Amino acid sequence: MKNSFEFSVLFGGKAGDGIRQLGILWAKLLCRRGLKTFLYDDYPSLIRGGHNFSIVRAAEFPISAHRDQVNVIVALNEETIRRHQQRLSENGVVLCDQEIPEAQKAPSAQITVPWAQIVKELSAPKIMRNTAALASLVRFCQIPWEELAQTLRELAKTELNLSVAQKSYELSEKGHVDFPSKDKNQAFFFGNEAIALGAAAAGLKVFLAYPMTPASSILHYLAAHRERLGINVIHPENEIAAVLAAIGAAYAGSPAMTATSGGGFALMVEALSLAGQAEIPLVIVECQRPGPSTGVPTYTMQGDLEFVLTAGHGEFPRVVLAPGDAQEAFELTAEALRLAWRYQTPVLVLSDKHLSESLFSQNLPQQFARVEYKAWSGGQTYARYAFSEDGVSPLAFPGRKDAIVKATSYEHDPFGLTTEEPTQIARMQEKRLRKEEGLKRETEKMVGVFNRDAPVALLCFGSTKGAAVEIAERLGLRLVRPLVLRPFPTQTLQKALKGADRIIVCETNATGQLAKLLAFHGFRVDQKILKYNGRPFSVDELYERVKELL
Amino acid sequence: MNIFAKNDPLATYAGNTWCPGCGNFGLLTAVKSVLKKFKETGRLHETLLVSGIGCHAKIVDYLAVNSFYSIHGRVLPVAWGIKMANPTLTVIGHAGDGDAYGEGISHLIFAAKRNTDLTLLVHNNRVYGLTTGQFTPTSPKGFPGRSTPSGSPEEPLNPIKLALASGATFVARGYVGKVKHLTNLIWEAVKHRGFSFIDVLQPCYTFFNTYSFYNEWVVEIPSDHPYEDLEAAFKLAEKWDYSSQAEEIPIGIFYKVKRPTFEEEALIETRDFDLFEHIRKFHQ
Repeated sequence: MKNSFEFSVLFGGKAGDGIRQLGILWAKLLCRRGLKTFLYDDYPSLIRGGHNFSIVRAAEFPISAHRDQVNVIVALNEETIRRHQQRLSENGVVLCDQEIPEAQKAPSAQITVPWAQIVKELSAPKIMRNTAALASLVRFCQIPWEELAQTLRELAKTELNLSVAQKSYELSEKGHVDFPSKDKNQAFFFGNEAIALGAAAAGLKVFLAYPMTPASSILHYLAAHRERLGINVIHPENEIAAVLAAIGAAYAGSPAMTATSGGGFALMVEALSLAGQAEIPLVIVECQRPGPSTGVPTYTMQGDLEFVLTAGHGEFPRVVLAPGDAQEAFELTAEALRLAWRYQTPVLVLSDKHLSESLFSQNLPQQFARVEYKAWSGGQTYARYAFSEDGVSPLAFPGRKDAIVKATSYEHDPFGLTTEEPTQIARMQEKRLRKEEGLKRETEKMVGVFNRDAPVALLCFGSTKGAAVEIAERLGLRLVRPLVLRPFPTQTLQKALKGADRIIVCETNATGQLAKLLAFHGFRVDQKILKYNGRPFSVDELYERVKELL
Repeated sequence: MNIFAKNDPLATYAGNTWCPGCGNFGLLTAVKSVLKKFKETGRLHETLLVSGIGCHAKIVDYLAVNSFYSIHGRVLPVAWGIKMANPTLTVIGHAGDGDAYGEGISHLIFAAKRNTDLTLLVHNNRVYGLTTGQFTPTSPKGFPGRSTPSGSPEEPLNPIKLALASGATFVARGYVGKVKHLTNLIWEAVKHRGFSFIDVLQPCYTFFNTYSFYNEWVVEIPSDHPYEDLEAAFKLAEKWDYSSQAEEIPIGIFYKVKRPTFEEEALIETRDFDLFEHIRKFHQ
């Protein structure tokens, strides 16, 4: 492991204690100090009670995964100590409320602060114990009061929060950690925020979604920022309406997108075929969670890969992109919009809870893809489905004087009128499928490769990137990550895997769907590391699992 | 090569495949008369038809105007999305009774609730035609369809009452046997700002010939009907429950009120933004 500084904190309590907000404030405060941070959020599907925890890892080097071991546990209830104290590192400390009875009995080093009492004395709502706890942690880490005050002023925004924090800061004790500070602020994004911003930056104008964890925060973010971003954000009656209205909007000229999880996507599948047949530029974000069916709503799994690759009746071109962190989520969602419009066909962005709902500190690229399309230049009678060499017909939108724009779910002639004539059917099918050649050409290079010459290759997709990158570095492995899963980047993968003695695939599902896909395309897979308990790989766990195989 | 029929600038070259005697011909005539008015004022290109799947839906193949031939039950969400992208378009949705009251009934309720600014014409023949004769949500109880050989066991749905209860701001019933009346209704519906709903009685000559029944019972709603009175509208709607008997079958406008449209209430002016300024403000 690198010798540079790294520090992990686990925040725990019951739902309703404000654990998530506490972790976010801590992570953001550290980002402002110039540290790289990663926040992993673990919560059950309920509103009150249960056990929530967040792990915030900070480091001087890039990270996009959490560790199992933590330096500090901030416990808002005794259950947190009981459940997690085995995670404490050697000189680890538990910060907890004086009122927690269990605190006296815990074997680890402890600092107790009267958070509940502070909140009571200041007549603040009980949830503000989270602010008091944050102040104790900041004090423990020897971070100046002014930094906390500034973060709270900007992000928490109430005077009462500040008073609670100040009182708690005064009553807390300093620890021995020397927290580094850098000049440059780090930007921070949840995976879903990066997806939303990637789409917005590329030119999204209409977003529709029906709430479903873990996709909902794309809807929430875009709804909150709709005026600033200039996007219409609409919550319709169900996923079917969401995807069909997106199709209608795209047909009429507005770049449109929808987002959901596996169950919602299942409802959208009929419309996916419509977009294929009618040649509509459509982007669907599928944020996976453990299935089948309702499954485990607030946890993570990469179990829908095969589903998104093949969903939909009939044969039509599609793209499936799989980002691994916030930066890729931004870039690939922007690219999804570009490809959808360039090729007038559906594009899917495959995320999962671990990517969508984790916080990353990464910078977004200055250059990114934007919506562009082959526009009709006027002249003769407009034919929406005119034949062309690359299968892409010039686009015109309804409302212009010189064009009649007819889109259809039926097989059709170039004008968009229904046909059952055999030659026409075959020609149109070929026209649409010709788009796959261009798509293949444009996406073929989308493979991440690290340590190109190492003999043992680790292969993964999506959010497993975070843990895998660190393991590859630590163990000197080659890391190969397809960012596009359809069209499958066969040639680039062949090059990337050239000379590898051993190929190990790791993914968070039970049947090894990426491994099956690789085998289908003629790749040899030697070993598989699968995890399917709803939890993502931590750095430490993946390290152990890989180590066992070497 | 072009899309038009010889001698008819509103028609495409597609050959008509409706059965002789089909009620859809009357509807086509009425819709064409309305489109002609748009053409005369140079605004035909601002009109757009959306259809579902079924015999009704072929209308979009026959008319040389913008159209989206959607899938079964999904006329309204596509039409709604089109309005999001371009609220200035005049969108006329066409759905069958299977489309609107079966497969896609949730969208009908929500389009009415939202008061989306578009028109929906339900080609209600009270039978599935293109799938050759099964009962629909508005078939009378006892209808001997191919899926219910001993008669439909269900009471029919009254779509006028459904539209009224869902908040539609323009609710009407038309009959293809009275084309002039129907044309006027469609014109009024298109002019209305908000969700305009017309249930069009349209006999299926092949699988459920109801011409003589309608001809006997259809009565035009008198012009002194209080159009803004919801209670009066419901009362009128109850004169016929879509069974094989009727006190009378009122046709015309049942209800018409002004209410802000979804487009006025919800849509914003879309525009570009500065990504890096946004990041500085909210992500650092």
